[in-house]
Amino acid sequence: MEAQTAEDGGAIRIMSVLEIRDVTKKFGGLAAVSGLNLIIEPGELLGLIGPNGAGKTTVFNLITGVYKPSSGDVIFQGRRLNGLRSCRIASLGICRTFQNIRLFKQLNVLDNVRIATHLHTKANLLDSILRNTRLLNNDRELTEFSLMILRSLKLEDVSDQRSSDLPYGLQRRLEIARAIATKPKLLLLDEPAAGMNPQEKVELMELVRCVRRDFHLTILLIEHDMRVVMGICERIYVLDYGELIAEGKPEVIRKDPQVLSAYLGE
Amino acid sequence: MRILLLRVIAILVTFIGLYMLSQFVTYQMDPYYFQVLIECGVYIILAVSLNLINGITGQFSIGHAGFFAVGAYVGAAWTMIWQPMVVGRYSFLQMGTLHGDILNLLIALVLGMISAGMAGFVVGLPSLRLRGDYLAIATLGFAEVIYVLLLNINSVGGARGLNGIPTLISSGNLALFWIFLFVIISIVLSRNIMQSVRGLTWLSVREDEIAADAMGVDTTKVKVTAFVIGSALAGAAGVLYAHFLTGISPDIFSMNTSILITTMVVLGGSGSVTGSVIAATVLIVLPEMLRFLKNDRMVIYSVLLIVMMLTRPQGIFGTKEIGFPKWRRKQPKTEGRSA
Ligand SMILES: Nc1ncnc2c1ncn2[C@@H]1O[C@H](COP(=O)(O)OP(=O)(O)OP(=O)(O)O)[C@@H](O)[C@H]1O
Ligand SMILES: [Mg+2]
Repeated sequence: MEAQTAEDGGAIRIMSVLEIRDVTKKFGGLAAVSGLNLIIEPGELLGLIGPNGAGKTTVFNLITGVYKPSSGDVIFQGRRLNGLRSCRIASLGICRTFQNIRLFKQLNVLDNVRIATHLHTKANLLDSILRNTRLLNNDRELTEFSLMILRSLKLEDVSDQRSSDLPYGLQRRLEIARAIATKPKLLLLDEPAAGMNPQEKVELMELVRCVRRDFHLTILLIEHDMRVVMGICERIYVLDYGELIAEGKPEVIRKDPQVLSAYLGE
Repeated sequence: MRILLLRVIAILVTFIGLYMLSQFVTYQMDPYYFQVLIECGVYIILAVSLNLINGITGQFSIGHAGFFAVGAYVGAAWTMIWQPMVVGRYSFLQMGTLHGDILNLLIALVLGMISAGMAGFVVGLPSLRLRGDYLAIATLGFAEVIYVLLLNINSVGGARGLNGIPTLISSGNLALFWIFLFVIISIVLSRNIMQSVRGLTWLSVREDEIAADAMGVDTTKVKVTAFVIGSALAGAAGVLYAHFLTGISPDIFSMNTSILITTMVVLGGSGSVTGSVIAATVLIVLPEMLRFLKNDRMVIYSVLLIVMMLTRPQGIFGTKEIGFPKWRRKQPKTEGRSA
């Protein structure tokens, strides 16, 4: 029975994972994002592109509650997020990476990931202080889980290195590993390939594809480099000066005159 | 089950060991050295508990003497003021017998720790809005307020302080027992917190608050919890110290004391429990060892401090620890690992 329903799933209207409804964010006089509408369907790998200062990171900050929208709503699985604190939003299942890497620098790679598993710990502070069996079992499980994530992101060999000692590319990857460890339903990646050479970019995008499959994630990916997203995303939103200028499949976006002019600066 | 058994054995051994040491030391040790040893214990509790707030959670609190004072005065208030008021009705609270003393000390400890913990809660709240220097000033301000209040409240003796506090912890020669019991409690507590996943979230607040928030860490709760636990332990140190000295005055809890405790944490290496323990010991013992220098003592002491900070700005231990078994990576059982 269950299998059948799942197969019929296509016919049923599935609730979107995230819906941004007419969201505007103003900083003083500047509208960093204006009147944005965006929908992410379950399991999608969605691209968000646009030139420098287009407002992409601001969209992430609006979704994760770092900024509150000046107007409009952000709805996650049917629930309004406006006004919730960042940590609350993360516990509902949205996790992000940062454009300007923000690792827990003095801690080792494994601990960076273990921290992110805290949302799934069943042991409370008293258990932690007493170090009782519940804590030991629970922490062991979470550590195993963290190691599993490190393995699937090919970081297991550096698991006991200080995270600030990692080469740049691995730091980016660790940010992704850490975000996955919160078991998000929606993963937001902010230019995960920034500063990498073309070869590394291709590898990273391959990795993103794998983690999406392995961890059943819905992903919203910001990328500056249009070619990179074209290869991997099913659907792309293009922002320019805070406004949506195009939306659609990569092959459509590629030919869109407005997008071309935004990127070429005509 | 085996873990539980090992725990029980460890706790028993600790209790018996401390008890025997306590008896031995009180009879065999020169009273002067004994005094220094007890001070070391008290300051280790203070430094380790401040390290929970400053070193582990990364909040810059420098008014720890305030919590120390709250504990000391509330504890002493129980044994000197409140206990005599209720002992008539509840005769089991009578002091003078060993179990009566222990009971009263426990009550004093509970009251002192709760009051200091509540003070920590109130002082911790600004840490949600204030950062770095501003928080430091707020905490120092709190300690000064406590100091000035104590100077001016006549029912606790004003500048003269409270004298003739029943020495509950020296009866049965248990001073060292009680104080080092709390030394062990504060060290084990810090270590256990730092090693657990939940405790790692405290470190994440220190490392990068924005990232911690994005990982779902309730930074508000973490900071306030660290303040409450850190201050409650400082309160316990206060209760024990008051009952060891049998006389306390506001001067013991002045700004100098706050600065001394902060120096211990920074010198030891913020975040390192081992560092706090060693720095606390050094900063208590060193001035005593320098006594032969008479008046130049404090000058040399200050110079030594400056030299230590210049040569190792990250503190003696940085964030390292001795004797903490690092989390050992178990070999995964699956074959998935690349050779
Ligand atoms: N906190 C803030 N205060 C004021 N202005 C801001 C703030 N955050 C962003 N902005 C402005 O909003 C605009 C969009 O910034 P945003 O960081 O979202 O761009 P972006 O698309 O991520 O650019 P990039 O590709 O360079 O990362 C910029 O003009 C920026 O200066
Ligand atoms: Mg950006």
